[in-house]
Amino acid sequence: MMAAPFSRIFGKVGRQLSKPWAPCQAAGRSISSRTVEVEQTAPAGSGFPPLQTFSEEETMMRDAVKKYAQERIAPFVSKMDENSSMDDEVISSLFEQGLMGIEIGTEYGGTGSTFFSSILVIEELAKVDPSVAVLCDIQNTLINTLMSKLGTEEQKEKYLPRLATDMIGSFCLSEAGSGSDAFSLKTKAEKQNDYYIINGSKMWISNAENAGVFLVMANADTSAGYRGITCFLVDRGTEGLQIGKKENKLGLRASSTCTLSFDNVKVHEKNILGKLGQGYKYAIGMLNEGRIGIAAQMLGLAQGCFDHAVPYTRQRVQFGKRIFDFQGMQHQIANVATQLEAARLLTYNAARLKEAGRPFIKEACMAKYYAAEVATVTTSKCIEWMGGVGFTKDYPIEKFYRDCKIGTIYEGTSNIQLSTIAKFLDQEYDS
Amino acid sequence: MAARVLVGVKRVIDYAVKIRVKPDNTGVVTDGVKHSMNPFCEIAVEEAVRLKEKKLVKEVVAVSCGPQQVQETIRTALAMGADRGIHVEVSGKDYDTLGPLQVSKILAALAKKEEASLVILGKQAIDDDCNQTGQMTAALLDWPQGTFASEVTIDGDKIKVIREIDGGLETIKINMPAVVTADLRLNTPRYATLPNIMKAKKKKIASVKPGELGVDLTSRLEVLRVEEPAQRQAGVKVETVEDLVGKLKEAGRI
Repeated sequence: MMAAPFSRIFGKVGRQLSKPWAPCQAAGRSISSRTVEVEQTAPAGSGFPPLQTFSEEETMMRDAVKKYAQERIAPFVSKMDENSSMDDEVISSLFEQGLMGIEIGTEYGGTGSTFFSSILVIEELAKVDPSVAVLCDIQNTLINTLMSKLGTEEQKEKYLPRLATDMIGSFCLSEAGSGSDAFSLKTKAEKQNDYYIINGSKMWISNAENAGVFLVMANADTSAGYRGITCFLVDRGTEGLQIGKKENKLGLRASSTCTLSFDNVKVHEKNILGKLGQGYKYAIGMLNEGRIGIAAQMLGLAQGCFDHAVPYTRQRVQFGKRIFDFQGMQHQIANVATQLEAARLLTYNAARLKEAGRPFIKEACMAKYYAAEVATVTTSKCIEWMGGVGFTKDYPIEKFYRDCKIGTIYEGTSNIQLSTIAKFLDQEYDS
Repeated sequence: MAARVLVGVKRVIDYAVKIRVKPDNTGVVTDGVKHSMNPFCEIAVEEAVRLKEKKLVKEVVAVSCGPQQVQETIRTALAMGADRGIHVEVSGKDYDTLGPLQVSKILAALAKKEEASLVILGKQAIDDDCNQTGQMTAALLDWPQGTFASEVTIDGDKIKVIREIDGGLETIKINMPAVVTADLRLNTPRYATLPNIMKAKKKKIASVKPGELGVDLTSRLEVLRVEEPAQRQAGVKVETVEDLVGKLKEAGRI
């Protein structure tokens, strides 16, 4: 079943035509058939529960991942950061726990859960290691979603079970010459009978080191400009596909970021995901959702960092009292906590809007932009609160500080987010 | 082959939470406090699920006594691999005074009703540390018991249990049906994977009232007062043995 293109066409006015996975309602929240149980006991008749309300399933998922991350990822974090590499044990346990196929249907071996569950999972993982969270985020919100929504039955049967159980996917859009200006990409795909020959190179590709399949955006018809961009499924090991050097990064070091080069890579036209020339639409649509995932990652990162720093301030005594008890400190801590709460609500709301089939792009941009900014402020402040020890590698704080910076850059820079928000605002005031 | 295993799971305050005594000294603060499955109960569930995976038992039934919230605990057991759950509804004052005697009466009644051949429990709960329910259940059923189990092997209609005792390890062989209580080293409980959590949603939890099982919940115990342990006083360091003897004499200890 081919899903209709569900994203707003770049440059045109239009509300997002998202395929509602839950019945769309004109007013009020529509969290359809799931039982929504309030976290704390809610007074009877509260028809509009607060944003931090989760179904029993979501709560169980979150608690399970929290425990799993603490016990099976935390011990590896510092080593993975040091070596700039994701441990195989971590990758396999992510698959084993069902975290890499959260929204993939059980008929394909996935977990069969919801988008919001993915968001909670990403947030919990990010509290322990944002690199692991981004691996999980890309797989779930970009790769799996593209495959599920656009794949032919044959493609879905080939890839979805693998993506759910043992294969990582990689999304290849950016190039050395095209980042924010994604549509000016130069990688070409030339038709030759039933095949396309791909030539070009990609840069800044996450997960590339361990990926088994690459979703490559290449232009199959340069005369049509960006309307020639097409998404090709390229398996690892295809002749001519070279995975280049891994970047030596400031943060998110355990997440591999590589260059890719395509030297006459031959793919059958059956390997086109979706329709020819529609790649640009898919990319934008996907990135709208991926944005919420990144917001969740930044949120978890900030919260995880905060949760390490505050207990320290409650223990550390100077001038006869806990440093937490100094008003100057209290005000800073309260300020950051407030921003964290705001980022959380933006993120959860964007996720719930998307699930409800309502327009969510502006809110998703706001969530990603704000969460990334909050992560930067939070981690910076946490180092200050921890003083000298915050500055050393013996404590996890400095890693969070290094990891947060990418939040304002990837999957749409903060400037791009702001421009997108402004476009929506402009339309809103069209009478 | 043992058909059915009954596993008791208790919802307790999470082990990582700092316990606070209520200002009126009638108990500890439970409102708004994080609760989870008793760690020894997790080990019990894990053992039951492993027996099922080895095809030594056919069905694992998770049981919990308490108010609505214990259904979360039962769901966790289902997510770990139990087949179905039974929620014994106990709430209000009855729940406050619910103790090993009543629970063991309930479990004995259920074991008979469900025709279980094995009841696995955690050795004790981390909130009351009673270490009584398993033993009492076995006595009420007149079944053999293998408590403090660190290893359980089913051999035909007998069970070999290796028990952790003060002097080391004791190996016993008991006939089924039997009650086994799990000690720390019996196994390492699995994580509920996300797919299993989803599958657990479809598994059934039946509700039953203690009255239907013919159990009287009246408690024979009355809690008079709950207090925090006395603050530890700082010790004193001495330099020589003479000093030590002197101090002990001063304190009237010798």
